[in-house]
This record gives sequence, structure tokens and C-alpha cells, in this order.
Amino acid sequence: MKVKAKVKNNITSVRVLAKHPMETGRRINKETGEKIPAKYIQELTCEYDGKVVFLAQFGTSVSQNPYLAFSFEGGKKGDSLSLRWNDNTGDVEKTDAKIK
Amino acid sequence: MTISRRKFLNILTVGSTACLALMTPITSWAAWASDAFNATKPEDAYKNLFGSPDLIESDEVKLKVPKIAENGGAVPVSIKTTMKNVESISIFVKDNPQPLTATFQILAGTIPNVSTRIRLAQTSTVTAVIKADGKLFSKSQEVKVTIGGCGG
Repeated sequence: MKVKAKVKNNITSVRVLAKHPMETGRRINKETGEKIPAKYIQELTCEYDGKVVFLAQFGTSVSQNPYLAFSFEGGKKGDSLSLRWNDNTGDVEKTDAKIK
Repeated sequence: MTISRRKFLNILTVGSTACLALMTPITSWAAWASDAFNATKPEDAYKNLFGSPDLIESDEVKLKVPKIAENGGAVPVSIKTTMKNVESISIFVKDNPQPLTATFQILAGTIPNVSTRIRLAQTSTVTAVIKADGKLFSKSQEVKVTIGGCGG
């Protein structure tokens, strides 16, 4: 997961690019004729200072390698954010990012 | 390798057939709003997510999506508002197999301004719903798609 966080006027803006295939479960493998099983991110959270500052829930219509931009009040330069996503197959990825 | 026009059209047909095919059952997950995400009609998705299908059209909901998307696989969407006491922001694509695309919880301190990229299986109305003060405010716009996003 690539994360960029910047604080300006006491507002931290965060941009996230998660690497994920976001398979809908409706696509068919042309060689085998079988359905490609669904694999997509269901929840993405961002924590700062022990508190959840952003929570997103995704369905299958979010693009491959989901992009997300959001912002929250507060945040200090040099502090770190912890981001986490989990998908429908139980995979989890965690990333920490420093606020610039 | 070059793809002939016929083959290209075939790929499109297969893609859209796949879109229409029945969804595979998805294992439910505690916090994830599975009933709303699995709904196949926007009205059902509204009901399952918000408990009510009654939306109030509002220009306070600022929805930014392109009018024409060349690639339905990645359509940029931005939603923001100046309303107070915003609880959540959600995106629905009317003609997708599962209309509810994403829902964002606006917690204390979160600015009600989010951007993401979504898939459109075909030309469809995109609706942003903002829950504020317990009411549902919406704004819709049609997005014309030249290549569907369901094939990936």
C-alpha cells in the first residue's frame, strides 16, 4: 500500500493506493471457462494517535488497485499513521506512514 | 499480437455476459455491510444500508464524476459537502450488478471530502448519498461509458 500524508493548516490529507486485484467473482477465465473467485478489499481503516480517523467499506465495484483520498482534522508533522485493509478472503495488509 | 475487431467485440460480449451472470455467494463478514453490498437493486441497497430508501435530492452534496468515461474500469469520483454532522458518504452505481460501491464513515474529525476510483459495468447513473443529522441527502449524475469496467 502506498500512502502519502501531508499536514497543512491543521488538516492532514491522506492519499492511498492499495495494490489489490479487486476480483468481482463474475469474471471468467477464458482458458478454463471457470469463474475467477472473488477477491476484493472489504474494509480499509486509518488510525492516528490510537484513534480511527477514517473507515471505508468497499464492494466489488471499486477499481483494481483502489485509490482513496481523504482528510482529517489534526495530525502532526513526523507522526505516523497506521493503515490497514482486509479482503473477503481474510488477507490483511498493514502499512505505517509518516505525516509530512 | 494484434487483436482483430471481431475478437475485440467478442471480448466485450463475454465481459458483459460475465457482468450479468449471477453473483457468487460471498461469505459474510461481521462489520462489513454484506446485506447492502450484496443487494442487486439500488432501493434494496439503500434500505439495507440506511434502513430507509427515502433520499432527499440536495445540491449541498457535491458530486464530481466525468460525464463521459472512456474506461469504465476506473472512473474517478469525488464527493464533498459543507453540511454539518455528516455521518457517512456512500456511492451507488445504479446499473452495476451490485449498486453499492463504497461507503465511508465520517467520524469526529474526518472531513466530509473523499475521492476514489470506481467501476461502471455500463453507462449508468452514479448517486452519492450523504447521511447527515439522520437524514439522507443525494446527488446523481449520469456517466456514459464507452468500455465497460466489469471485465477488469
